[in-house]
Amino acid sequence: MDVFVQQLINGLTLGSIYGLIAIGYTMVFGIIGMVNFAHGDVFMVSSFIALICFLLVTTVMGITSIFLALAIVLVVAMFFTSLMNWAIERVAYRPLRGSFRLAPMISAIGMSIFLANFVQVSQGPRNKPVPPMVTDVIVIMEREGYQVTLAWKQIIIMVLTSVLLFGFWYLVQKTSLGRAQRAVEQDRKMAALLGINVDHTISLTFVIGAALAAVAGTMYLMYYGVANFADGFVPGVKAFTAAVLGGIGSLPGAVLGGLLIGLIEVFWSAYFSIEYKDVAAFSILAITLIFLPQGLLGRPEVEKV
Amino acid sequence: MAVDTAHPAGAVAGSGSPILPGALKDAFLTGLIALGLLGPLVGFETVVIDGALGLAYRPLVVAIMVGIIVAGRLILNLTVWSPNRPPKAQAGSSPVARGILAISPAFKPALLAFAVGFPFFATLMTGGLSESRYLIDLGILILTYVMLGWGLNIVVGLAGLLDLGYVAFYAVGAYTYALLATSAPVNDFFAAILGETFWANWAFWFCLPAAGAFAGLWGMILGFPVLRLRGDYLAIVTLAFGEIIRLVLINWVDFTGGGAGIASIPRATFFGIPFTAGEDGFAALFGLEFSPMHRLIFLYFVILALALITAFTTVRLRRLPVGRAWEALREDEIACRSLGLNTTNVKLSAFATGAMFGGFAGCFFAVRAGFVSPESFTFDISAMILAIVVLGGMGSQIGVAVAAAVMMGGMEMLRNLGFLKQIFGDGFDPSLYRMLLFGFAMVAIMIWKPRGLVSSRDPTIYLKEKKAVSGSLVKEGHG
Repeated sequence: MDVFVQQLINGLTLGSIYGLIAIGYTMVFGIIGMVNFAHGDVFMVSSFIALICFLLVTTVMGITSIFLALAIVLVVAMFFTSLMNWAIERVAYRPLRGSFRLAPMISAIGMSIFLANFVQVSQGPRNKPVPPMVTDVIVIMEREGYQVTLAWKQIIIMVLTSVLLFGFWYLVQKTSLGRAQRAVEQDRKMAALLGINVDHTISLTFVIGAALAAVAGTMYLMYYGVANFADGFVPGVKAFTAAVLGGIGSLPGAVLGGLLIGLIEVFWSAYFSIEYKDVAAFSILAITLIFLPQGLLGRPEVEKV
Repeated sequence: MAVDTAHPAGAVAGSGSPILPGALKDAFLTGLIALGLLGPLVGFETVVIDGALGLAYRPLVVAIMVGIIVAGRLILNLTVWSPNRPPKAQAGSSPVARGILAISPAFKPALLAFAVGFPFFATLMTGGLSESRYLIDLGILILTYVMLGWGLNIVVGLAGLLDLGYVAFYAVGAYTYALLATSAPVNDFFAAILGETFWANWAFWFCLPAAGAFAGLWGMILGFPVLRLRGDYLAIVTLAFGEIIRLVLINWVDFTGGGAGIASIPRATFFGIPFTAGEDGFAALFGLEFSPMHRLIFLYFVILALALITAFTTVRLRRLPVGRAWEALREDEIACRSLGLNTTNVKLSAFATGAMFGGFAGCFFAVRAGFVSPESFTFDISAMILAIVVLGGMGSQIGVAVAAAVMMGGMEMLRNLGFLKQIFGDGFDPSLYRMLLFGFAMVAIMIWKPRGLVSSRDPTIYLKEKKAVSGSLVKEGHG
């Protein structure tokens, strides 16, 4: 029971991070029907930007309050990651609208390889260990020497995810930007006829996705205390799995899928084998796509000629 | 990279006739964006000093890169993208394209003759068998990737299925040979039936078809459940399968040897005659002086033959109904289905055929290296093969071959260029930039020449006269 509660907490934390990345996948897929393969690497780059910013803030500017530092890091990482994703969309995806079917996907794969290797070349291939940022824990249960703890960093991650999700849900459901986004999603040509700036809306979708990925990247850095150029690939695929599991195109689905994937991964590691945890996540992806392609909360896809 | 970031500010420049202010403003904006993109990651480097993480600063590199981008953008705005420039009249194909078309009938035989004669040229050029080792090794590497490219070309180029896990079949082929040839029960069994020396000398030749067949079988097993998925999903699932196979190879230590891999895999023989210095060896039987290079040159011809078999099979298959079905499927899946094609079977045949050739190449890899480990079968290899297919032009045999030679050979050449070291310092290693270039080239080629570098394509079916179809006239269905 103790182990179970502890793993539940860990799983929800990890799941929140996956959920934040998954939103980027699901929104882009919803609006232009493309799997943004480079999104995992955008997440990885954001954690590097966060790392550099954190080092600047703490060592050069000498800010000692960890929460102030984290807030600055978060804003800076969100800004630069958004700028990057905006540029990526502008350079690598926009010219390919209306090109043949595989073109945007291949371009995205190229972008993903480019980003990972760009970071490898500019920052080196080694793991970058970060000094622990938030170390306080709350002991919520203790029995026979086994403590179930809830770390402050876990609380930060879960609270931040919930707040962002609410804000984001509000954005999509209640504002004119969200309405434009949903309109473009349904029918791009009609939306353009009705005076919606389609390019602008799609760009903004990428920017929002990147901002959320940057939050995930910063949280990932804070939680695991390490950044590596290869860390975009596997979390990226897992977040995509989360998006598919929740039903691609659906925002609550992405978060639900993220939480489920996080829980499955953590429980699998705890009760079965830690070596095969990635195999488990990848298998879920294949099984979901084969047997439940519309996901848990998604709409079934109608193929149009 | 410089070109990559130079685009974002878009075609805002110059609306009136004095274009300089507009161009300047645009270049400034581009510079600002480039600074934002490059500043954090290039300007600062995280370095570990005394166990703690610190920062190193590289403002000069950022300044140079941003400077190049701004200058390039400004020059482009004033010249090529200038609104005052008269639009280029597009009359027919360009002289370059015509030139290529004119020499293209001679190109293939010439390339083939070069490939066949390569070991001899290499020996003559370097002045000795053992001196040519480096060149022959490079030739084998390039041909392996040519073969892998041609194999993947069947799946991606002909059938239009994006397979990101092609390396899985390469791995299956390599491990099939490695496991069969090193497992004691298998060896004892065949040695008892066929005689010990016979089996020892023929193991590779028996395992080669087995490896291909096994990889093809895996292609079917993996393909069957997923081929009903639409394009992007298929790509991700094949990627997942590629990773699953690699993770299983790492973690199933009892069976595959885990991360340490399998060593001392038996060498290839000249159809039963081993390349040894002894009396039954290849050199003694043919009256040559023994040299370890004989084996390497033989391996070169083996992979050349395997690659040519792949190309030949593909060319023949394209003329059969199944090959036509592949191409039809690539152009429009829904039309195929409405015409009564069983798309799942068509896809499955393409997937399995591609996988089979991957298996052959994998078997060859195992026998050449004498050692396999999961490290050799990462996603990078899949991405590299895909980049080769994409750059060469999906569906074009000759394009894939040229792309493989340029990508693998070009990087290898770059490594040996001394002046690069003088410019960038001694620590400069171009091979680090290989994947960076591959990724960038994939994006660039999709934007500028989505048909690949060799974009003209021979029509499969023609009436009386065979006309080359220019890439700009072929348009794929928007799926």
